[in-house]
Amino acid sequence: MAETNDKKAPSAAALQPSKTQSGDLVVAFSGDWELGQTLPETRSALGAIASLPAGGRIKFDTTALGGWDTGLIVALSRIEESANKHNIEIDHSGLPEGAAKLLHLAFAVGERSGAKRSDEKSSLVIRIGKATSRAIGNLKSSLAFLGKFMESLGRFFTGKANYQRNDLWVTMQEAGAEALPIVGLISFLIGIIFAFVGVIQLNKFGAGIFVADLVAVGMVREMGPIMTGIIMAGRTGAAFAARIGTMKVNVEVDALTTLGLDPMDFLVLPRVIALVLMLPLLTIYANAVGILGGMMVSLSMLDVSATQYWVQTKSAVTIGSIVTGLIKATVYGIVIAIAGVKSGLECGSSAQAVGTATTSAVVSGIVWIIVSASVLTVIYITLGV
Amino acid sequence: MISTDTEAPQIEVRDLTLAYGSFVVQGGLNFTIPRGQVFIIMGGSGCGKSTVLKSMIGLKQPAKGEILYRGESYWDTDDDARERLMRNFGVLFQQGALWSSMTLAENVALPLEQYTALGTDEIHDVCRLKLALVGLAGFEDYYPNEISGGMRKRAALARAMALDPDILYFDEPGAGLDPISAKLQDDLILELRDSLGATVVIVTHELQSIFNIADNCVFLDPETKTQLAVGDPKELRDHSEIFAVRNFLNRGTLTPPSVSDDEPAASAPAAN
Repeated sequence: MAETNDKKAPSAAALQPSKTQSGDLVVAFSGDWELGQTLPETRSALGAIASLPAGGRIKFDTTALGGWDTGLIVALSRIEESANKHNIEIDHSGLPEGAAKLLHLAFAVGERSGAKRSDEKSSLVIRIGKATSRAIGNLKSSLAFLGKFMESLGRFFTGKANYQRNDLWVTMQEAGAEALPIVGLISFLIGIIFAFVGVIQLNKFGAGIFVADLVAVGMVREMGPIMTGIIMAGRTGAAFAARIGTMKVNVEVDALTTLGLDPMDFLVLPRVIALVLMLPLLTIYANAVGILGGMMVSLSMLDVSATQYWVQTKSAVTIGSIVTGLIKATVYGIVIAIAGVKSGLECGSSAQAVGTATTSAVVSGIVWIIVSASVLTVIYITLGV
Repeated sequence: MISTDTEAPQIEVRDLTLAYGSFVVQGGLNFTIPRGQVFIIMGGSGCGKSTVLKSMIGLKQPAKGEILYRGESYWDTDDDARERLMRNFGVLFQQGALWSSMTLAENVALPLEQYTALGTDEIHDVCRLKLALVGLAGFEDYYPNEISGGMRKRAALARAMALDPDILYFDEPGAGLDPISAKLQDDLILELRDSLGATVVIVTHELQSIFNIADNCVFLDPETKTQLAVGDPKELRDHSEIFAVRNFLNRGTLTPPSVSDDEPAASAPAAN
């Protein structure tokens, strides 16, 4: 684009507006106007434009101009914009031919009205209002989603839902058997932590054997379901959201819909059912491994035998407490699965949207686990179970 | 699937208006597509062609108006009827939209498993045949990310044809194809129309394809947000009263008319 191709060191760019006797403004450019250089401000020229008398024109003098590139065009377009604002005519004849053409091109298509995003700050009231209506919209969409899901569940139980059996089995495997190692590891460690705390505290007044009660009841009623739930929210809830979200981005979900396959039946249903079935099973496993962990610590730190510990554990855990824990696990399974598939189906159509959907699946999954845990605990206490 | 009912037009669009929220994309659309026709929806980029297609295939509810399939209004009917109508569509999305977790054969097989009583072996044979028809014999066990973009498009066509649909929809079928492949695809579309007796609706702005295969077309205008003309594209290219339509079909090579010449016609939308 440069007019001169000689390789001498660049000379400093300068700009000199001067008024002629006929009332015109001549803007003289000199030196190299290239983006890499320090370019002078165009303000002096803009100020001169504003004070130009009516009928005056703007002319350019580029005889002393060296090389130029976009740097010059940007300066020129600033001048042109300012001139347009003040309704002042511009004479392009003094410019290099290429620069005049580019300038013409830049102003050939006017700015599309409404296309520019306004970045003005809205007032607090407006922002609160917008946030409120967004929250109401979210609530409505959640209810609509639940309603559709219930319809779909109805179709499942009447055998009318269109889904792939295979998909259900594979998801069960992914959300069940394949999660055993991580669930086992975490539960084992939780059992150990429980037992350490118990051994140190209970031994102070010689009640060391009650560590068995603490570990067993703690795992079965609370920590087993919650830890399994949190692991599965991070592991499977996120996977649901990412998988369905990516299908959304690739219009694979639309492709299902146009075949008459309801994404609710085809994608959501098998995933929710698989997770709801698997979570209680994983919880039973987590409980057992946790109790085993606690037992190991107790046997090594306390003066109890394995039989004693086992008998104590058996007397502490009732069928009732196991069932309450499993009910919790089932509820966690529902909230994790719904949070995952809902975030996936509401995913936008960009890579960033998939990330947001995955994050929201995990965060809302965990939040809902804790919320429902609190609610269920209160209900259990009230009922005395 | 192929019936000989020719009484009502296959597709009829009546006073259709599409909007995102309060932003109207296109309004006042009226056209009919008889059985067996190749119909093109065209217009400049961003005029809402794809949105019109979306509402025709049941992905976007119109703000106003109706779309009739053999006289039955798609958006006013119940879910069961809608699903039945939908099963007669084959849709080829712009990027193919193959299910990426399934092989090509599984992609083609899914609609067959859902809607036919065919056994596993028969479905396997149908998949092989459909893939062979689009020149992908031997690629049954490939995943969509293992083949090229053009092949994905052809595989998606095989999936769209799986249930021998009455109506085939194409969204920009030529986009991303080299000239030879684009020509082959045009030939394939005509072949399908003739052999299946299918009605074909195509969203495109590729003039070469339009003149090669179209029987009829509608021109959507982004400025006035409505249709400017309906008719045979060759006819419109040479004789349309509306400059914007002629200019579009002549690749923008015409010089704008003087104001007194064409302007009155251009301001009257939906002139035929």
